[in-house]
Amino acid sequence: MTVQALDQERKIITFVLDQKLYALDVKYVKSIERMLPMTRVPHVPAYIKGVINLRGVIIPIADLRTQLHLDEISYSETTRVIIISTNDKEVGFIVDEAMDIIDIAPQDIESNTSTYNTEQHNFFEGVIKKNDQLMVLLDIEKLLTY
Amino acid sequence: MGMDHYLEVFIAESREHIQTCNENLLQLEMNPENMEIVNEIFRSAHTLKGMSATMGFDDMTKLTHQMENVLDGIKNKKYPFSSNLLDIIFDAIDLIEKMVDSIATGNDGKIDVSAIVEKLRGVENQGSITGSNNEIAATRTMAIENETLLGNFNEFELNMIEESINQGFQVYSITVQLSDECMLKYARSYMVFQEVQQLGEIIKSDPSVTELEKEQFDNQFIITCVSLESAELLEQKIMDVSEVMNVTIIPINLGDLKGNTNNNAAQEQLTIDEEEPIFKNPEASKAIAKIPMNKTIRVNLEKLDVLMNLFEELIIDRGRLEQISQELNQPVLSETVEKITRVSSDLQSIILNIRMVAIETVFQRFPKMVRQLSRELHKKIHLELLGEDTELDRTVIDEIGDPLVHLIRNSIDHGIELPEERIKNGKPEMGTIQLKAYHRGNHVIIEISDDGSGINSEKVLAKAIAKGIIDSQQSKQLTEREIYDLIFTPGFSTADTVSDISGRGVGLDVVKNTIQSLGGSITVQSKEMVGTQFLIELPLTLTIISVLLVDVNQETYSIPLSNIVENIMLDKRAIEYVQTQPVFRFRNRVLPLIYLQEVFQVSDAPNQDSELSIVIIQKGEKLAGLVVSSFIGQKEVVIKSLGNYLSNVYGISGATILGDGQVSLIIDCNVLLD
Repeated sequence: MTVQALDQERKIITFVLDQKLYALDVKYVKSIERMLPMTRVPHVPAYIKGVINLRGVIIPIADLRTQLHLDEISYSETTRVIIISTNDKEVGFIVDEAMDIIDIAPQDIESNTSTYNTEQHNFFEGVIKKNDQLMVLLDIEKLLTY
Repeated sequence: MGMDHYLEVFIAESREHIQTCNENLLQLEMNPENMEIVNEIFRSAHTLKGMSATMGFDDMTKLTHQMENVLDGIKNKKYPFSSNLLDIIFDAIDLIEKMVDSIATGNDGKIDVSAIVEKLRGVENQGSITGSNNEIAATRTMAIENETLLGNFNEFELNMIEESINQGFQVYSITVQLSDECMLKYARSYMVFQEVQQLGEIIKSDPSVTELEKEQFDNQFIITCVSLESAELLEQKIMDVSEVMNVTIIPINLGDLKGNTNNNAAQEQLTIDEEEPIFKNPEASKAIAKIPMNKTIRVNLEKLDVLMNLFEELIIDRGRLEQISQELNQPVLSETVEKITRVSSDLQSIILNIRMVAIETVFQRFPKMVRQLSRELHKKIHLELLGEDTELDRTVIDEIGDPLVHLIRNSIDHGIELPEERIKNGKPEMGTIQLKAYHRGNHVIIEISDDGSGINSEKVLAKAIAKGIIDSQQSKQLTEREIYDLIFTPGFSTADTVSDISGRGVGLDVVKNTIQSLGGSITVQSKEMVGTQFLIELPLTLTIISVLLVDVNQETYSIPLSNIVENIMLDKRAIEYVQTQPVFRFRNRVLPLIYLQEVFQVSDAPNQDSELSIVIIQKGEKLAGLVVSSFIGQKEVVIKSLGNYLSNVYGISGATILGDGQVSLIIDCNVLLD
């Protein structure tokens, strides 16, 4: 995924977690939803909050705050679920707030992420510097293996 | 119409004919004298040849052609029929099957057939002195000469002819004979077509245009044309084309056609070419007449799946409607909703029925497999198939084949003994494997039993201890049944030597997993020296089931009704303890009590009631009581998967969407009872 993107522009979606900007590659994003009633599922990791009924399809929901070892907060009006769809999996990620879709060039991505805390580090693809803003680009494949 | 469309039909029909060949060959082995069966096989082989030639699969044509020759030899008793001969024919059919598979997956179906063609030739040459090749060729030309020259018309063509005649046109059957020296047969036929088309319209050509293009015809072809011109003019024009030797034009009258209609309709159905002498045989045509015509249509499976999905949506909305009407409590609304419920229930049973397929489609591949394996292993095995017409959901049918193959291979390899050993043990020389399917309640049961050596429980135990699956301490407490269940553990294989037939590294645990993923279960019973029986229990349908909705501290769970024995209220004082396990008495049995709240880690809400609501669930002979907060009610629900991200959640087999849009998890009772 990183290799093929080397010389191409990419579109990313940015969102907020704990007042910081994060980003995901837009090509896996199916839709962005408001919070829906959830059904808890037992015997799964703590960051998987349950399943929702998204127009007749059952989709598991993970809280990105919990998965990235940030403090959990209660969901608010701005809380969004980013529905991700890869070829074999569908998951929704809960984020504090969804922001923009922006274009980035390969040189905007800095793959050295050693300044960030190590527990989060596992899910990083790189750090993006764009318009004087720093954001963390998350690796979807890594987020999806639990 | 595009070639793709034909390709689908070609693949489907080829598969049918291959299956017919296989079945009949097995029949033939038992009744080698029955020429009727040889005829059947011949007919299938011939149709395969015709179809493959039309579609341009040359290797397949070559192979079927040679097979046809050999079959002809058998029919004419040129060489004796033997099991070896049958093996070669089976091999040939296997190869044809491979080609069809290859074509179906989008390849060109090219496989080197020379080896098997050689073998077939070998049979032919060694058996016959006259060389049946020539003979066939000879009879073929004769047949053509004897032909009425009317050709075969299907219903559509007949209608067209009738129409044309009624409108005052003339319909001619034109037989064109090209000269023997003709090099560019296709070019000449093309020129003939050009000429005829200037004078009228060609409605049929025999052989077909595609075959003509490929020059797959002798020097003669028949075209049927509608024209206002006279026969003489047509003849003259066609004769003008060089290298045309002879032209015979016969005007077709309505009367001629009427006589032909019935005959042709039946033959069309079986895709039979008239050119083969075999079909002139009155007995054969009798056989054709006997086959009842089923009024069926082929439907693309995808369409059925779409239908099923739409119906599932409908069921979910129906649930919502039921809820709304209950809340509003309006008689008119409730009445309408009730009616919708009734109609959709009928609709459901029909849709589910459409998806049902007889298990025959799975069973039919086994006779050949058993025959082959038993020959390889020098065992004598009789396979008995019972209840082949038992129907199962298509999804189950698609998945159940491989586990059954595995179990049957297992029986052949490890179960049935060698003939000498069987005789020594006082058993009949011929071993029996029985495959039996039948309905029981909402389930379909498949039994695979053999009268072989059975499972040696000590051997199983020793192996399980050696493999570290259990320790010797545990082993002493196991019941016989639990010991047998060990063979389903991953990494377990009882065969002393790894053979080609079963021990391929995939064990019975894979079989068990597949069956469980279908919502079914498998158990094994065995008696040493007497035999082994595997019993597979499968749900009738997968997607819509009846469940009991229960509340567990504010969370709603669904329990499949098929697992439920009954619901009871139990006085808390009736709970006893065996060590730390809470149990209760139910009809002279002591059942374990499972608190769903604990199993599913539901947040605690102390139960003040003096009575517990209990759902008694069952799997095979095992029973247990599930403690819930309250019963909500019974409902038909659509099972949905939790998706790949959440595969294998303990105790949960799936989820469903309730009338109010909420998701309810479906409890997997099989796991809870394990």
